[in-house]
Amino acid sequence: MREKNKRHVTLLILALTILGLFLANRFLDPYKVRVINLSGIYVTLGLSMNLINGMTGMFSLGHAGFMAVGAYTVGILTMPITMKEMNFFMQPIVPFLANVEWGFLPALIAAGLISALLGVLIGAPVLRLTDDYLAIATLGFAEIIRVVFTNTQSLTNGALGLKGIPNYTNTWWSWGVALVTIWFISYLMRGTYGKAFLAVREDEVAARAMGINLFKHKVMSFAFGCFFAGVAGGLMAGLLGTIDPNMFRITLTFNILLIVVLGGLGKIGGTIIAAVIVTAGMETLRFLDESMDLGFVQIKGIPGMRMVVFSIILIVAVILREKGLLRRPKGREFTYVKN
Amino acid sequence: MRFGGVVACNDFTAEIKEGQIVGLIGPNGAGKTTIFNVVTGVYKPTAGQILFSPNGIEQHQLTGLSPDKIAKLGVCRTFQNIRLFGELTVLENVFIGNHLRVKSDVFSTVLRLPHYVAEEKRLYEKSLYLLEKIGLQDTKDEKASSLPYGMQRRLEIARALATDPRLLLLDEPAAGMNPQETRELIEFIREIKDEFDLTIFLIEHHMEVIMEISEKIYVLDHGVLIAQGNPSEIQRNEKVVEAYLGVG
Repeated sequence: MREKNKRHVTLLILALTILGLFLANRFLDPYKVRVINLSGIYVTLGLSMNLINGMTGMFSLGHAGFMAVGAYTVGILTMPITMKEMNFFMQPIVPFLANVEWGFLPALIAAGLISALLGVLIGAPVLRLTDDYLAIATLGFAEIIRVVFTNTQSLTNGALGLKGIPNYTNTWWSWGVALVTIWFISYLMRGTYGKAFLAVREDEVAARAMGINLFKHKVMSFAFGCFFAGVAGGLMAGLLGTIDPNMFRITLTFNILLIVVLGGLGKIGGTIIAAVIVTAGMETLRFLDESMDLGFVQIKGIPGMRMVVFSIILIVAVILREKGLLRRPKGREFTYVKN
Repeated sequence: MRFGGVVACNDFTAEIKEGQIVGLIGPNGAGKTTIFNVVTGVYKPTAGQILFSPNGIEQHQLTGLSPDKIAKLGVCRTFQNIRLFGELTVLENVFIGNHLRVKSDVFSTVLRLPHYVAEEKRLYEKSLYLLEKIGLQDTKDEKASSLPYGMQRRLEIARALATDPRLLLLDEPAAGMNPQETRELIEFIREIKDEFDLTIFLIEHHMEVIMEISEKIYVLDHGVLIAQGNPSEIQRNEKVVEAYLGVG
């Protein structure tokens, strides 16, 4: 009975989401639609990072790097051939990519797969490290990707970046991918592999003694996380239309980390809400950057003021609700068991 | 087994026959847990080897294998300082013990393909049965770390049983238990040994436990085997008395 109710609630939320997106597309101005798009992308990013950091307990800070891989994959694969010629005026693009023009879906999947493959290659040596060491190693890796992309002129157009990527991303794409991510990660965590990830997070020594191959499970979780990071990066490229290596700095990773921490490590529902709040919050606080006239006093606009205010809100939120926005009595969520 | 210049355990030879309950005792720091760690692959022995022959026919070399491979071969353990998955529920703890026997791949678990759903159902039933066995079925949705100490020890045993072990290593299962709980534990160990057809190797400081259930006892002091034999032989052994009480 409870199982059935749960399914009904899920279907209801799904229907409301679709209706909401439909209405948003119809009645909201492009700026607001863009914020909705970004929210969807950040849901995917937040969940993929939570899988690695919150659920498997690996402190990885390489997300921006994997996003960059995904974004460039989509950018290069979907860009029209004539556009490619215009972009690569310093040095022509490598011949095997000069004449490809893929649809958005195959490009997104390719972005995820390449990113996941890279995740496995990087993860194999690096995931033997733990805690801060892993964080430093993955951080370094993300920087390496950025520097490599800045210098591979004939592949990524270097520091000039890519312009004129077709704007395929709309709310259906961004939220469609977000829903697929939510579905994938919830079901993953419900099964025995997901439980094994949690075991690895809780106690590595005990997990190994119970026959869980640490390395295999860590790499698996990392690869899934990287896959969705890559797809989200691809969506970002399709949304912005312009990408360059400097977009994928460490601050981007920290934005996602912030969502994960605010939403609660290991929590799916919290991450979704935090992603939407953080993304929308960043935008709604934008008025703080502009000059304000309070009648009796005139405040000159201070660029970056909203970040200050936003950070203060965050600090307060984290102090008041250190276990994430959604705190359940027993810390349980999406891990129900049927009997 | 040596750590740098420290020889934690030296020249220890033991044979555990199938179906036996074998005890390992010795004063603190004698190297008992080190032996467990060597057998389960946490440490790689600097010399010597461990052979495991679960049915008397095939023989596995455990030396140098990783802990997860050893667990897959059917050697599972509990820990002296309890190592449960504290943030997870009691049921999840036992359920995770089953993971090493799961045949489905990760994608069929996400897609919930019929063969996986059937497998999962079977494993949940098995986990619930094990919980019933240790009397924790009513607390199955509690956080494991919220259980009282004695219950946590039992839960560790249930989790180890979920891996379908042939050889079960118990590291001080009665630590911190009162006499009543200790009696129950003795009964419990006998019961699971018979039901799951186990061979048990245990470390214990409670002499009444060791003396009552062990068929054979090994005594370790400063990493050296000083005596072996059945309980009454051990009780009469002068070296053992000396190691425990000091030379008078």
